[in-house]
Amino acid sequence: MTPHVLTRSLDRGATIFVLVVAACGVLIPLSNLLLPAGSLFQVPTYLVALWGKYVCYAILALSIDLIWGYCGILSLGHGAFFALGGYAMGMYLMRQIGARGVYGNPNLPDFMVFLNWQKLPWYWSGFDMFWFAALMVIVVPGLLAFCFGWFAFRSRVTGVYLSIITQAMTYALLLGFFRNDFGFGGNNGLTDFKDILGFNVQADGTRAALFALSCLGLIIAFLICRAVVTSKLGKVLIAIRDAESRTRFIGYRVESYKLFVFTLSACMAGVAGALYVPQVGIINPSEFAPGNSIEAVIWVAVGGRGTLAGAALGAIVVNYAKTFFTSGPLAPYWLFMLGALFILVTLLLPKGIVGTFSAWWGPFKERRLLAADAASAAREDGVSEPNPAE
Amino acid sequence: MLANVIPRLRALAFSAILIAFALPAFAGPFEDAVGKFANDDFSDTEDAIGLIANSGNPLAYPIISALQDGRLMADSDSKKVYVTGTDGKSIDAATGAAVASVPDSASAVRLNNRLRRTVEAALGGLTLQSPDLSTRLAAAQSVFKSHEEGALPAVEAALDKETNKTARQALSEARAAILLFKSDATDTEKLDAIATLKARGDQEALALLTGLGSDQPPAVASVAASAISSIQSTLAVWSMVQNAWYGLSLGSVLLLAAIGLAITFGVMGVINMAHGEMVMLGAYTTFVVQEAIRTRYPGLFDYSLLIAVPLAFLVAGAVGVLIERTIIRFLYGRALETLLATWGLSLVLQQAVRTIFGPTNREVGNPSWMSGAFDLGQMTITYNRLWILCFTLALFAILLAMLRFTALGLQMRAVTQNRRMAASMGIATSRVDALTFGLGSGIAGIAGVALSQIDNVSPNLGQSYIIDSFMVVVFGGVGNLWGTLVGAFTLGIANKFLEPVAGAVLGKIAILVLIILFIQKRPRGLFALKGRAVEA
Repeated sequence: MTPHVLTRSLDRGATIFVLVVAACGVLIPLSNLLLPAGSLFQVPTYLVALWGKYVCYAILALSIDLIWGYCGILSLGHGAFFALGGYAMGMYLMRQIGARGVYGNPNLPDFMVFLNWQKLPWYWSGFDMFWFAALMVIVVPGLLAFCFGWFAFRSRVTGVYLSIITQAMTYALLLGFFRNDFGFGGNNGLTDFKDILGFNVQADGTRAALFALSCLGLIIAFLICRAVVTSKLGKVLIAIRDAESRTRFIGYRVESYKLFVFTLSACMAGVAGALYVPQVGIINPSEFAPGNSIEAVIWVAVGGRGTLAGAALGAIVVNYAKTFFTSGPLAPYWLFMLGALFILVTLLLPKGIVGTFSAWWGPFKERRLLAADAASAAREDGVSEPNPAE
Repeated sequence: MLANVIPRLRALAFSAILIAFALPAFAGPFEDAVGKFANDDFSDTEDAIGLIANSGNPLAYPIISALQDGRLMADSDSKKVYVTGTDGKSIDAATGAAVASVPDSASAVRLNNRLRRTVEAALGGLTLQSPDLSTRLAAAQSVFKSHEEGALPAVEAALDKETNKTARQALSEARAAILLFKSDATDTEKLDAIATLKARGDQEALALLTGLGSDQPPAVASVAASAISSIQSTLAVWSMVQNAWYGLSLGSVLLLAAIGLAITFGVMGVINMAHGEMVMLGAYTTFVVQEAIRTRYPGLFDYSLLIAVPLAFLVAGAVGVLIERTIIRFLYGRALETLLATWGLSLVLQQAVRTIFGPTNREVGNPSWMSGAFDLGQMTITYNRLWILCFTLALFAILLAMLRFTALGLQMRAVTQNRRMAASMGIATSRVDALTFGLGSGIAGIAGVALSQIDNVSPNLGQSYIIDSFMVVVFGGVGNLWGTLVGAFTLGIANKFLEPVAGAVLGKIAILVLIILFIQKRPRGLFALKGRAVEA
């Protein structure tokens, strides 16, 4: 069965994507570790960490593309799942600090000592074990998404209403995690990490390994998404995206399909967050900010909605641009750029970079397929509402 | 006859008084009393203090406070007494006439510790009888708080002379507070005192009554206990009323922020994430108007908001029409894309304002008619909140009337209900779209004028309202202005009643969770438009 799924999900574009990511995942860490510092081809450690961050964003973008590009669910709260996964990993890293904190308390993280807490809250128990934390990275966002989706999809909350309540969800979490008595470090979040699985998080080797792991995570997430969208399930998802009522009338339980893909996507976002935290070295409530989630959606739109590889590419391109602009003299103009990107992409480039590119340069057959796709994508919301432009 | 002068005096800044109202100079009991200061004898000085304090002469307060500060100069040769003002100007204490300089032979009238206490008591009594009503009230209030036995004669003397109803009330409450704690007061006096305090019925009265020791006679103790419980229940009711008022006030702010959105989102179905930035533009318009007025026509400051309202409407409305024509009209029917594009627009607008006006808060002042507060029973209502509530309701009424009675309103409703049919009937739908969007944005701009009075005017002003306003519109029901009104006030009041129980942040989280759950139950909001659409 497995080879069958693999051959089905790996068409030429997908294979190229996997190979490129794999090559980066191998070559960049190797060049960082093996080549002498200062050599032309040596990738400095700070770049490895930075690119590692982009790769995590790419996984987040993939998870958004899976639900938005293939199922028409626009979540403006995916940053919440990302941050929850990050917090789960951050809690493990906090417990690894042990007695090396400023206050030297072997049982309590610094901020709890600071707040005069006497013992660890119950929900922190178990996070000293990596396997448990790793499980929570998937389970917590998945569970939240499952509960949220269970209510939302069953009562047929769709379209912008869903977007707005997902935004309310992440906003509520933002407010909550800012509180000190929530037990997650309040405003400052979790930081000052020392070890992960016994390796120093600051060490070059650990950073390179984390980068390679992130690339592996991206490949696995990509393959899972491909497997889902090329299966029969994926066809139903696209049907839901294009005509939800029709799909329901044909006899599919639309809410179950949506719930499955929404939960899967949240789990992926959680993993992305978990890979992100050790490389960035901090997780704080600002990751829950609604703006972050919306920004993640624009990565997908820039790269190309419903193309998977495009979403990952979009995340990397936009974030590279962000780093480039915000670190130079152009910093005050970054928000202009980002804002213009939002407007221009939606107005002029509705298919994103990858979508537009394949429409121009792809082989004739593929171009026809994409045209059909694009036509259905254009009807995406138009089906449900009378189109004023008509 | 000197007492006739009192009503003519308004201010306590005494040198100003004295220069303006030089008193007729002739010898009388007051002048004799003043002359005693020059004898340099402690018992004469004490007599003088008593005589002057009871003279009712407007100079009494300046003289005795000068005595306390060592600014009362007496010349033992000429028997003249002078008051040196804190500003260096001097007057003749007996007549109030300004003098060029105090002779070198004059020296400060001396005091000893016993006299100092006399001076303090005399001053306390004098402020209780001060010609200025607010000084009298403040003095009575401070006696009420300290309830020292020594103040009783002064309070009773003041009570005899007092004619103002409010001041009499304050004085009798002060007297009650003293009597309640006076060890040798009779039971009847104490019972009267408790009744007076019960009638006052606020936190301070409650504190006094609960502070009453357990050594009281049983009759007094039981009456005090019943007074305490009665005050507590009154206060509980008032705190409910206070919460309701805070809720209404928050609701009016939410309504202000959401009302424009109710038009763009509710009526047109356009998700305008840049809505908050329209509010911000309105607030900055107010800032610019106030700056212009400050530099050119300072006298017009009280009218600045009246000038800013139409300008904010025009600025935000024009930007709105521009946005609709250049961006949104290409995205009709693609709600999710509209959301992204307008989000981008909000970033651009924020950054533009940040570039022009700087990232820090800008100061927008309150006109005089919006500053201050008044007391209603046991709660305080600030004028700006009250005005904003009235303003919001008026705006709502105007908008409702506009949609109902004007041609544009009719066309808007027609386009909302059935776009193609409206177009077939000859309505220029794209023009109506642009105007509707402009109207919604303009209303948001007006909201910005009002919100500039209670919030920081910064580039982030809009962002803090956007989620709340969407919640209000979605909760109230899309496409229905009444729903927005009910939604805003419900959320505002619910929030303020949850706050004391759960704390501000948890209360807000609870509200968000409740809305999320509510939308599951009624996906179309409180007042859903009825229709036959299979899905919308």
